[in-house]
Amino acid sequence: MLNFIIRRIAVAIPTLIILLIASFWLMQTAPGGPFTSERPLPAQVLANIEAKYGLDQPVYKQLWDYVVGILTQFDFGPSYKYKDRSVNDIIAQGFPVTLTYGVISFLVAIIVGGALGISAAIRQNSWLDYFAVGVTIGAQVLPNFVMAPILILVFTLWLGWLPGGGWNGGQWQHIIMPVIALSTSYMASIARLMRSSMLEVLRSNFIRTARAKGLPERTIIWRHALKPSLLPVVSYLGPAFVGMVTGSFIIDAIFGTGGIGYFYVNAAFNRDYAVMMGLTILLGSMTILFNMVVDILYAWIDPKIRL
Amino acid sequence: MTDKLAQPFQQPKTADAAERMVENVQGRSLWADARRRFIGNKAAMVSVVLLTLIVLFSIFGQSISEYDIETIDWDILGNVANAGQPSLSNGHFFGFDENGRDLYNRVVQGSRISLAVGVIGALVAVVVGTIYGATAGYLGGRVDSIMMRLVDIFMSIPYMFVLILLLVVAGRSITMIFVGIGLTAWLDMSRIVRGQTLSLKNREFVEAAVATGVPTWRIILRHIVPNLLGVVVVYATLLVPQMILTESFISFLGLGVQEPFTSWGALLSEGTKTMNYGMLWQLAFPLFFFVVTIFCFFFIGDGLRDALDPKDR
Repeated sequence: MLNFIIRRIAVAIPTLIILLIASFWLMQTAPGGPFTSERPLPAQVLANIEAKYGLDQPVYKQLWDYVVGILTQFDFGPSYKYKDRSVNDIIAQGFPVTLTYGVISFLVAIIVGGALGISAAIRQNSWLDYFAVGVTIGAQVLPNFVMAPILILVFTLWLGWLPGGGWNGGQWQHIIMPVIALSTSYMASIARLMRSSMLEVLRSNFIRTARAKGLPERTIIWRHALKPSLLPVVSYLGPAFVGMVTGSFIIDAIFGTGGIGYFYVNAAFNRDYAVMMGLTILLGSMTILFNMVVDILYAWIDPKIRL
Repeated sequence: MTDKLAQPFQQPKTADAAERMVENVQGRSLWADARRRFIGNKAAMVSVVLLTLIVLFSIFGQSISEYDIETIDWDILGNVANAGQPSLSNGHFFGFDENGRDLYNRVVQGSRISLAVGVIGALVAVVVGTIYGATAGYLGGRVDSIMMRLVDIFMSIPYMFVLILLLVVAGRSITMIFVGIGLTAWLDMSRIVRGQTLSLKNREFVEAAVATGVPTWRIILRHIVPNLLGVVVVYATLLVPQMILTESFISFLGLGVQEPFTSWGALLSEGTKTMNYGMLWQLAFPLFFFVVTIFCFFFIGDGLRDALDPKDR
């Protein structure tokens, strides 16, 4: 197990380095510096500004300083567009919002999707099963940017039950629709995976043995069938996490929740490279770390993987 | 049965018996068999018909309308919500968008771009992924582990960030979307193909090719790849909606297609912004085409998988 963890970390580190170098290289090759504007600055002023931000240094030195800054002080540098704001301020403002609805969505997707999948598998070919299969097929074509407008249309414009956007310090009325929009398609995928793997496990020999022993159905499901049938779901958690992180861009754009995604897309429009790069590295390394944790979890459940 | 085999040249007595005999004589190839199963699948066949209609709509739709995608009707501007509704009488079948442009033509044009991105993106992914995966799987050993480790690393990079970075740095354009989406879409494909290749490469026909001195690249292209076709076709069909979704995502954020061109994602995004003003048609029409297309591709992909999956035999 320890061996596996070490090997897994050995993959994660080059991935992080590639991500770092790739985004830094893209920023360097971008046409037009952050301070090019329609009215050119006097050369001396430009040189002063560039010296302030360290842009007159050789590229490898810039990269090195940047990495050291992140690792030692968690400092992602200043924004190139907003003078009074550093990338850290933006993270501090947007990250709690994204984290709140992100974590809730993730839990909702796993719990609701898992429960739906398991109950569909236990009562195969009942109305519940057909309902679950119907939901999973329907939700495949409802990505968050389709789901969100429909929700606003129904619950805000027609029924008037929920506010159509904003965050308002995270009141529950403002969290409901983002969570539904973000979690639906992943909930559906998890339900589908859970159902098919549960069905497969329930047909296997050791379950027949358990039944033959006369164990109650409840014990069979929870004690024997659940753990092996979780495997495909666990392996899906990585992609689901990535999908939700990128999905938060849409949520912030539609609901105006003011999370990280809002700042990221804004930075993309303003060519604010420092913000883009800081957020890419922060969210990217979170994703890589999460994938690593999922892989280790997977190996813990299924010893065959460790080999 | 044995009687028939013993006397293969016996004259058939009735037309019915003749047909049965022909059926006995003709072997069913993998593809004929798959076609039969696929045609039997109702959902998939309906999807094929619908999808054909949508493709025809996106290619020829413009010819039945007298308007184009960018001309603004100045009379209606500012009053689109009341006066810009869909109507068959004035030729604006889908109404106007919030800028007073004909929505019908914009939906036609958006469908064309979204479908093109989906199909071309999937094609690129399939070609690159198949060759990469087949090469890695066939060569095996150290080359294989280096090639696949590289795929592992690429896969764990959150590609949407890289795609957005790329679009911002290199400028937003359709070509850049193709490149960006193509860069990452082949990874899954290469993994699947490699797995299949591993199980193929020790078969007799490959050994025979090696023994007769066929060069390695030729074995991969002529003997390995054709045998992978079933799997490749299924995953290619499922890749198309994914490509469309990715492009729509980017365009929804406004980072994709640029005006005056449009795509489903951009149309949906505009529709989302104007639905508050009672212009529901601006959301409804693109949404309809988008959802129907994605549904169709999923059902066709499912049908093909059922038809071609050897496990089911």
